[in-house]
Amino acid sequence: MVSVDGGKSGSLIQVRELDKTYRRGNEDIHVLQGLNLDVDQGDFVAFMGPSGSGKTTMLNLLGGLDVPTRGSVTVAGDEITHMSRGKLTEWRARHVGFIFQMYNLIPVLTAFQNVELPLLLTKLSKAERRKHVEAALAIVGLADRMHHFPRQLSGGQEQRVAIARAIVADPTFLLCDEPTGDLDRKSADEVMELLRRLVDEYGKTVLMVTHDPVVARIAKQTLHMEKGVLVEAGARQEVVSGGAS
Amino acid sequence: MKFARLIWANLVRKKVRLLLTIGSFAVALFLFAILGVVNNAFSLAGGVVSANRLVVTNRTSIINLLPLSYRDEILRVPGVSYVTHYNWFGGVYQDPKNFFPQFVMDPSTQRQVYPELKVPDQQWKTFLNDRQGAIVGAATMKRFGWKVGDRIPLHTTLYGLANVPFEFNIDGVYHGTHPQDDETQFWIQWDYFRENVPQAIKGQIGWYVIRIANPDDAPRIAKTIDQMYINSPNETRTETESAYAANWVKQFGNIKFLIVTIGMVVFFTLLLVTGNTMAIAVRERTPELAILKAIGFSDRAVLGFILSESMAIAIAGCVGLLLAAGAVPALAQAMPGMLPPLVMTPRLLLSGVGAALLVGIASAILPGLGAMRLRVVNALRRV
Ligand SMILES: Nc1ncnc2c1ncn2[C@@H]1O[C@H](COP(=O)(O)OP(=O)(O)OP(=O)(O)O)[C@@H](O)[C@H]1O
Ligand SMILES: [Mg+2]
Repeated sequence: MVSVDGGKSGSLIQVRELDKTYRRGNEDIHVLQGLNLDVDQGDFVAFMGPSGSGKTTMLNLLGGLDVPTRGSVTVAGDEITHMSRGKLTEWRARHVGFIFQMYNLIPVLTAFQNVELPLLLTKLSKAERRKHVEAALAIVGLADRMHHFPRQLSGGQEQRVAIARAIVADPTFLLCDEPTGDLDRKSADEVMELLRRLVDEYGKTVLMVTHDPVVARIAKQTLHMEKGVLVEAGARQEVVSGGAS
Repeated sequence: MKFARLIWANLVRKKVRLLLTIGSFAVALFLFAILGVVNNAFSLAGGVVSANRLVVTNRTSIINLLPLSYRDEILRVPGVSYVTHYNWFGGVYQDPKNFFPQFVMDPSTQRQVYPELKVPDQQWKTFLNDRQGAIVGAATMKRFGWKVGDRIPLHTTLYGLANVPFEFNIDGVYHGTHPQDDETQFWIQWDYFRENVPQAIKGQIGWYVIRIANPDDAPRIAKTIDQMYINSPNETRTETESAYAANWVKQFGNIKFLIVTIGMVVFFTLLLVTGNTMAIAVRERTPELAILKAIGFSDRAVLGFILSESMAIAIAGCVGLLLAAGAVPALAQAMPGMLPPLVMTPRLLLSGVGAALLVGIASAILPGLGAMRLRVVNALRRV
């Protein structure tokens, strides 16, 4: 279970007193201020909050794409906040699967080649890579689109290829920043159904930012970003009706 | 290499742009090679330069003559192995534009001084027994479609010979042993020439070429010879063959400077063109580079991809060097005799490849470093 009071121990992802301050001109913008978070293996968390509240900033810190001003992020026992740039890069390759809102796929590579990218950083042989890529594409239901280029796929299919790429190297957790932000309802539902299956059937850990309460409802838990910290959104039902009213 | 597919896919993503960039490289390298060939030709003017040879000319000017009597005196200088002598015949074959150099030479010493210019023994024997004989370089034979046995009329206005209808029998053909060897010369017998010139210049030669035993002795021998004739009516200037060639090239003024300048401008332009192309190519793929980095590709890998791309373009552009290599014989054919021999050397081709790679690296280094420093969070932040 997810918690935000910073008192838990032994969780997969442990965030303590995280601060992130940006400097714009001579003004400091305190985006995250003492943020705490604990995520367990198999959790499926949705983060919501107004635009500019710091959701992407937090995800970037969790994924080792950025470093905090203060505080720590520990994943599976590794403190990532003090790693060098190079070490962080290696760590990302092993532990994080990213799914962004846009620009996920390299347009000049086929679906297969896109999914294969993370495996190029491993010692796997060509045949082994092929096996893993095909398995990942089968999970997202696109085995038959292997040799299509991104422009030959729909937006929803592109996101599913991105998900296949995020899971192909079997990372410790997935970070999704508005994965359905660019999709219509039906495609969004398909993508969310896929994420839910990854959690339920494959035991993956998924952290997702979304603006869409319907999408957030699929997650097991929803947290709100408020004034630089996370707060529990109360019962799931409440969030949904709150968003709908 | 497993990244080859990614590099290749990026390379061919904009085919027109790729072709244009390769084209820029090819054109620049073509020019580079042609300019290099011309430059080499001037440097090698007068054939292959040997450290074993000294040239003795009249100090006043190379068109002033020297007495033949110097020959035996020079031969007595310690360290001198052979002495041979030449006159510039200056004949015209049918039309002045059919220029090729004709040397009045001494058959008894020619082969000792220029051993690299080979004549088959049988042909040489015929030549020795034929006062009106000629030995002709393979290039000139080919240029005019001559065969051994042909009779060639030449008309010279020098040495008061304007009224003598000279005709020569081609007795043999000489070939060089190095690609740079001058194969355009037309050799005429000294004895035949001497018979025909007016009494006053019967014993006058144009210049001596000396073969010395040890190149280290060159400065001493040159000095000794020039000392021997100091204050005589015909003072000498003795220099190494390379110094002689360099002086000869000076006649063309600052052509080397011009060639080098043009070459540099060409490469500078190429650098700007490809640098700009690489910068655009990298900028338009900023989000993709960010994705690669998010996935776990290192900064160095990203730099490597971009460098590989521009190196691949540079290498493809080396087709321009091949085209130049193909064009040089045709070029040499088209302007025969106007210049010293035009030859494409492997060394020139190699330096062309080197220059291409250098431009390849230089044009990619700034965009590459930019890509290397690119931060994922900034690159993916809104559009
Ligand atoms: N590199 C930066 N420099 C300065 N300010 C930044 C930078 N990155 C983010 N910010 C600021 O930090 C705040 C939080 O941004 P962030 O992108 O995390 O918000 P968000 O919750 O993801 O918003 P959205 O829902 O619109 O995606 C914003 O006010 C933003 O302008
Ligand atoms: Mg955001």
